[in-house]
Amino acid sequence: MTDKIFTKDEWLERLGGVKGDYKVFVPVKDGDFHMFAPIDSGKKPDFSYQNTRLSPKGLVYPQSERIFEYSLDKQDEDAFIVKEAPKDYAPQAVVGIRPCDAQAFQIVKINFDNKEFRDPWWVQRFESSVLIGLGCNEPCDTCFCNSVGGGPFSEKGLDALLFDLGDAFLVRVITEKGQAFVDKVGGGAEAAQDAVDKAKRLALEAEGRMTSKVPTDKLKDKVVLDLFNAPFWDEVAFACINCGTCTYLCPTCWCFDIQDEAYGKQGDRLRNWDSCMYPLFTLHGSGHNPRDKKFQRVRQRFMHKLKYYVDKYGDGVQCSGCGRCVRYCPVNIDIRKVCARMNAYEG
Amino acid sequence: MRNPYLPYPVRIDKITTETVDRNLKTFRFVFLNPEDEEKFAYTPGQFAELSIPGKGEIPIGIASSPTEKGFVAFTVNKVGLVSSYLHNMQEGEVMGIRGPLGNWYPWDEMEGQNVIIVGGGFAFTTLRSSIIYMLDPQNRPKFKDIIVVYGARNPGMLLYRDELAAWEQRDDIHMHITVDGTDDPDWKYNVGFVPAITEKKITSAEDAIAIVCGPPIMIKFTQPVLEKLGFPPEKIILSLEMRMKCGIGICGRCNIGDQYVCKDGPVFSLAKLKKMPPEY
Ligand SMILES: Cc1cc2nc3c(=O)[nH]c(=O)nc-3n(C[C@H](O)[C@H](O)[C@H](O)COP(=O)(O)OP(=O)(O)OC[C@H]3O[C@@H](n4cnc5c(N)ncnc54)[C@H](O)[C@@H]3O)c2cc1C
Ligand code: SF4
Ligand code: SF4
Ligand code: FES
Repeated sequence: MTDKIFTKDEWLERLGGVKGDYKVFVPVKDGDFHMFAPIDSGKKPDFSYQNTRLSPKGLVYPQSERIFEYSLDKQDEDAFIVKEAPKDYAPQAVVGIRPCDAQAFQIVKINFDNKEFRDPWWVQRFESSVLIGLGCNEPCDTCFCNSVGGGPFSEKGLDALLFDLGDAFLVRVITEKGQAFVDKVGGGAEAAQDAVDKAKRLALEAEGRMTSKVPTDKLKDKVVLDLFNAPFWDEVAFACINCGTCTYLCPTCWCFDIQDEAYGKQGDRLRNWDSCMYPLFTLHGSGHNPRDKKFQRVRQRFMHKLKYYVDKYGDGVQCSGCGRCVRYCPVNIDIRKVCARMNAYEG
Repeated sequence: MRNPYLPYPVRIDKITTETVDRNLKTFRFVFLNPEDEEKFAYTPGQFAELSIPGKGEIPIGIASSPTEKGFVAFTVNKVGLVSSYLHNMQEGEVMGIRGPLGNWYPWDEMEGQNVIIVGGGFAFTTLRSSIIYMLDPQNRPKFKDIIVVYGARNPGMLLYRDELAAWEQRDDIHMHITVDGTDDPDWKYNVGFVPAITEKKITSAEDAIAIVCGPPIMIKFTQPVLEKLGFPPEKIILSLEMRMKCGIGICGRCNIGDQYVCKDGPVFSLAKLKKMPPEY
């Protein structure tokens, strides 16, 4: 497949034109930060961003989602019988997603879609999504995607990839799903060799600019109990205030809660993102709590991402290197340092 | 594929108060759609989510045996929001159950073995399921001796008292019922904590598998007794509890290390547990 080239104006205008076939999400500026919003939200699309504060995981896995509904009215024939809540799985396109965030969907896929169970809502929304990436010309100094199997122009998990050539986008199609989307967008021109060369150069330069190198190679050979009992967890956790920011911003954190809400004679079952950083997460009805201490919860987060996941699935760490938890942790707890420490620990 | 979060609708068929403090009740459910009963094919040791619209879901061990047809039963301790609400529900009301969930006792391994069952308090539920299952004429020949040690705080706190009395009369199962203490002068059985009675009554680990279910403190003191008798950790089987939501290994809530208690458990051998972080 040959690459296509669009002027930025043409790209934006044509994106607006696929509305009928796809719900299109693009990065927009919201206050001091960026976020993904529908292209017709009234906010200007802004592709000159580093990354959104909140990861786009919510577009496939909403922060709060109505999963079931039921009647609590005894007069109704189907009272107290739980039913699927109607949902819209029309195709959606996430345009301008960073490669780390696209890879994150691949990392969590094994959790939501495995041999034994499929999470029907995650799977349907994921399958109806097309991910059009935007390579990172200027990675942040907290980014470390290239240490965890990705890279600023990695194609993993993407359906197409955009290269920002200054006044134009070079569009590289990766999958059939990506091809179908680009066909719908239409327009553009075949990319000339000098544009392709320029794209290649940009990618190489970006790689070269990444300073964070996080070693993960020895994690899988460690004995889980050695790492669990390592002496550094108290020190790692010392400043943590258990705010949960790291887990909510993380594109690979998947934990959720299920709650019922009743409104008069009608009720819903909802699922909401949850976080292992909170003591309630593991509190038994009896009052017993296996993780009642802060260091245990901090240890759980790092062990889950960097050891349990590695052991369970044998496919790298549960982290795509986006660096959000490093940037936004109010007390500067840094997963890169913790990972290096775990990787180097000799029991 | 069926939505694994969607409960089967059931009707509460019968409610039995089990203990004198009225904190434990057994609920028998009948499926509203008869074909769901077949889909809910379970093995003793598994659990299910009891699903009450408007209130929520709680994981509860299945107390009935697959050899009992026409209903499924659960014995529920009244603790918090959902279990208290359930305790106030009436026969005839409609709710949901979702499952069966989790793994089960190692029935294949137990064939041809002596089966030692050690239970305490209200954790006896899946053990009841197992005993009924083993005593079924079809299954009984598969096992050698069945020896049960079951204890509660006092006689009024024992579950399934009628059944216990009936099992006492049989010669194909050896019962050792005990209470921590009692002021009942007519008490016919043992007095003493479960670990002590286990030490007294179980004499051999030969060709035997032990299943242990009970409060953490009972498990903690029973374990060394069994080990002293010569049970290797592979032949000591425990069933764990963790706070749960999805019950299918997706919501991330119930992990111990890389194991999800809801899917990889709740049944674990001591040998396996020893390799896992002691975070339960
Ligand atoms: C595999 C398994 C089998 C169990 N079998 C039985 C049984 O046979 N009989 C019995 O009485 N109890 C059993 N329990 C414990 C039972 O699940 C809790 O007592 C119950 O969830 C408390 O819910 P609640 O809403 O009344 O309490 P609340 O304290 O109001 O709990 C709120 C929510 O927290 C969660 N939760 C709280 N405690 C627990 C817990 N210990 N385990 C799991 N989730 C919890 C539930 O999602 C619950 O809806 C079992 C637990 C597990 C994990
Ligand atoms: S963001 Fe920082 S302070 Fe907040 S829970 Fe995470 S590690 Fe702790
Ligand atoms: S742990 Fe941090 S770096 Fe890793 S994916 Fe989550 S937010 Fe990104
Ligand atoms: S209860 Fe959801 S993972 Fe176990």
